[in-house]
Amino acid sequence: MLTKDQASVIFDKIKKHSSADEVEALFYGGHSALTRFANNTIHQNVAEEHYGVSVRTVFNGRTARASTNKLDEESLRRVVQASESLARVQHPDPDLLPMPNSGEGARGAQAIPKRHFEQTAAITPDQRALGVEKMVGIAKTHKLTAAGIFATSETIEGIFNSRGASGWHTQTSSDISVTMLASDSSGWQKANSPNVENLDLVTLAETAARKALESASPREIPAGKYTVILEPAAVLDIVGFMFYDFGGMAILDQRSFLNNRVGTRIFGENINIGDDVAHPLQSGAPFDGEGVRRQGVQLVEKGVVKRLVHARATAEKLKKSEHKDKVGPIEPTGHGFPLPNEMGEAPTNIVFGAPDHPKTVDQMIASTERGVLVTRLWYIREVDPYEKILTGMTRDGTFYLENGKIRHGVRNFRFNESLLHMLSSVEEMGKPVRASGEESFDMVVPPMKVREFNFTEVTKF
Amino acid sequence: MKQIADWALNVATLRGATYADARLVDDRSRALATKNGKVGNASDSESLGIGVRVIANGAWGFAASDNLSRQAIEETAARAVAVAKASAQVKQQDVRLAPEKPVTAEWTTPHEIDPFTISVEQNLDLLFKIDQELTSVPGVTLAETNLNFRREEQWFVSSEGSNIHQTKYSTGTGYAAYAFAGNDIQKRSYPASYGGQWQNKGYELIDELNLLENARRIGEEAVALHKAEQCPEGVFTIILDSSQLGLQIHESIGHPIELDRVLGMEANFAGTSFLTLDKLRKLSYGSELVTVVADARQEHGPGLGTFAFDEEGVPAQCTPIITNGLFTGYLSSRETAHTIGANRSGGTLRAESWNRLPIIRMTNISILPGKTPLSLEQLIAGTDHAIFMQTNRSWSIDDKRYNFQFGTEIGWEVKSGKRTRMLKNCSYSGITTDFWNSMDAICSRDEWTLWGTPNCGKGQPQQVMGTGHGAAPARFSNIKVGSAYKGK
Repeated sequence: MLTKDQASVIFDKIKKHSSADEVEALFYGGHSALTRFANNTIHQNVAEEHYGVSVRTVFNGRTARASTNKLDEESLRRVVQASESLARVQHPDPDLLPMPNSGEGARGAQAIPKRHFEQTAAITPDQRALGVEKMVGIAKTHKLTAAGIFATSETIEGIFNSRGASGWHTQTSSDISVTMLASDSSGWQKANSPNVENLDLVTLAETAARKALESASPREIPAGKYTVILEPAAVLDIVGFMFYDFGGMAILDQRSFLNNRVGTRIFGENINIGDDVAHPLQSGAPFDGEGVRRQGVQLVEKGVVKRLVHARATAEKLKKSEHKDKVGPIEPTGHGFPLPNEMGEAPTNIVFGAPDHPKTVDQMIASTERGVLVTRLWYIREVDPYEKILTGMTRDGTFYLENGKIRHGVRNFRFNESLLHMLSSVEEMGKPVRASGEESFDMVVPPMKVREFNFTEVTKF
Repeated sequence: MKQIADWALNVATLRGATYADARLVDDRSRALATKNGKVGNASDSESLGIGVRVIANGAWGFAASDNLSRQAIEETAARAVAVAKASAQVKQQDVRLAPEKPVTAEWTTPHEIDPFTISVEQNLDLLFKIDQELTSVPGVTLAETNLNFRREEQWFVSSEGSNIHQTKYSTGTGYAAYAFAGNDIQKRSYPASYGGQWQNKGYELIDELNLLENARRIGEEAVALHKAEQCPEGVFTIILDSSQLGLQIHESIGHPIELDRVLGMEANFAGTSFLTLDKLRKLSYGSELVTVVADARQEHGPGLGTFAFDEEGVPAQCTPIITNGLFTGYLSSRETAHTIGANRSGGTLRAESWNRLPIIRMTNISILPGKTPLSLEQLIAGTDHAIFMQTNRSWSIDDKRYNFQFGTEIGWEVKSGKRTRMLKNCSYSGITTDFWNSMDAICSRDEWTLWGTPNCGKGQPQQVMGTGHGAAPARFSNIKVGSAYKGK
């Protein structure tokens, strides 16, 4: 692994090659491996190691970036030159701030839980194969076919700038995802943790298998508005589409569904959402793309959007804008993307607040007279950016519920649902858990029971 | 580079690989963007590394590294073999590769102007001029433009004796105008949405697109949409512009014909396919007017799926996918060809870069234009009542590729052969085969464009790939319109 000390030496060389007013280097990379299986066979199995550096230079309000994965002296000289050449030809940007110094970068630093685990970093291809073998064994026991992944990684993320700000983060990650397939049904589960020992692959595989078996011979029920119980992965993937609107830049650009809505109740009173990199179930580096420490931000309180996140330059610009009195407190929160960028910032360590009276999914089912249980949502896209209408499909375990029980599997639905409506219609929630899907970044979200979820079509399986 | 590849292949063979290939890729890209009169992005990127793919004990292994020292290369090759041997612990049968004659070849994307030779000042000047045109329209609240260039040089060397050196250039550009007012955000893009038009070409693409000439109209349309009526809900005849039809092809033909999906190899992520093997040469995929090819050859045009050899050394080919409506072919690889009775791969194995395992990907999946001369205006003139939809706004399809829903940025009602009122929030939906069987007209070659989709995601770890889609405006009858806003 590239160490902070080695990166520091590289940064010194970068500074030596640069004639810019300011220079910043982002370091990234590590080693990762992914064992992929399908048809009860490991069919793809990959391992990779790489490191790179991305150099940003500034000349009098002009900035640009160049990146390379070649860390020799000559390549470093060239990447600095490439960054400077791109920067020099631009017009000065009056909104560009000086890079943060060490004090500003470190302000509000909070301790984060350990996110690097040797047992994850050291896992071998044989160990991953053994895990896959167990999941395939469960598939065979149930006369099913298994597909999925078992992935592990050890990565670094670092930043240094010429004004003294720096940050360094090492992390491990492990992912298991499994789909169990029967002739006309399927079931799916996925989990992610920095510590591979937290992943219970047997439970994941057994749960996916149970879903495949219980949804066999799916029946078609008509599209319409149903009470739905969304498991955490389904909640994660659909709500993930709104968080890029929770940045100050989205307000300035007038592309956010929160324009003119901050401070008003847009969700139900039972909805509380924060962004908290230090949460024990969260992951990631405690600093942003400029090296500023991430602050905890309460975004939504009792259904009211209270605060947004802001990169440094966004905060300065927003304070002088027509929006300044309509977006809550405006301070840099440590959520900026590496500069230059068009998006500004976003909260990516989302944690939903726990309800006063959490219910398990089984309890939600038991209290449902007529509804649909959704394991997973798929191919979600935005239909209407201001009403936040999203479309997508159910997938891999969709069930009809009646009189408090799962009755049978159903053919998958297409939904067209507004997040404004959905998060105003949450009747019950469970305990928030770390969830992992395919359409959004991982979050800490609860399962939800939602009334009048809008299914508009039924597909053929 | 051949020497470096040989270090890898020698170690792989010594460690027990029965097949090995090494791909060295030197990737360079530039991204420039503006937003409301300022530079939004200015970045260069380069990446050099090697990916080693092996078969050992009858199973696949792959390892990649950006350290090109001899010791690191040999360790990477050894790791690939160790990974393959781990794979072999969970297998049903040995991997079989369709035979392929080894070749030694050189190929470069035909291009007139190396895009990296054009100064950044010139590029930004163009983007700022477009930006100025867009933002000069009262009511435009956000203007975004982009220019992207890529040069990907690859050396492929295999234990069977292939030694192929390819250099691919691609260029992409586009812009969008947003208008926010009241409770509505509307958007118009040019030449297409989500990044614009992309082709395997040099800078000459930029000059061909008339970017500046169209900017004011795009800005005005974004604002005008606020006064347009909501697209009605119901069953209608629709006419799709060629860029929307290109995406329709991508989602409802390109993905379901991927043989790895059909065989269940993507079941956990991208999904499977309704096109089970029993449907080959039996399924009526579309009407008789529907003829679709997967064509990676240079003569098909400068699509993002154009190359000389795929990432396992198989020459570019043209595969008939739908022939006068009949389903006739899949996208295949050396590993999967035998499952459809083919004795040779269709040449569609592609990788995002050196650090990704090649998997089956679309090449240029194109519908052939109508043989009878027919312009878009003539198509509209010959239509009694329809909704003409233009430029994609949203897209979604189920994991077997049956049920789809697309939204477009703008639409017009066609009445008695004339384009009449503008419509906003247009959407249509359906079942793939029903949809293609309802196609009753397609414009001819003059209206046909080879569109580029630069952002197709597939695989685990996910890989982003560029694909090409030739399409001309076409008409479909009895299509469900407006479901996206149903019940709102």
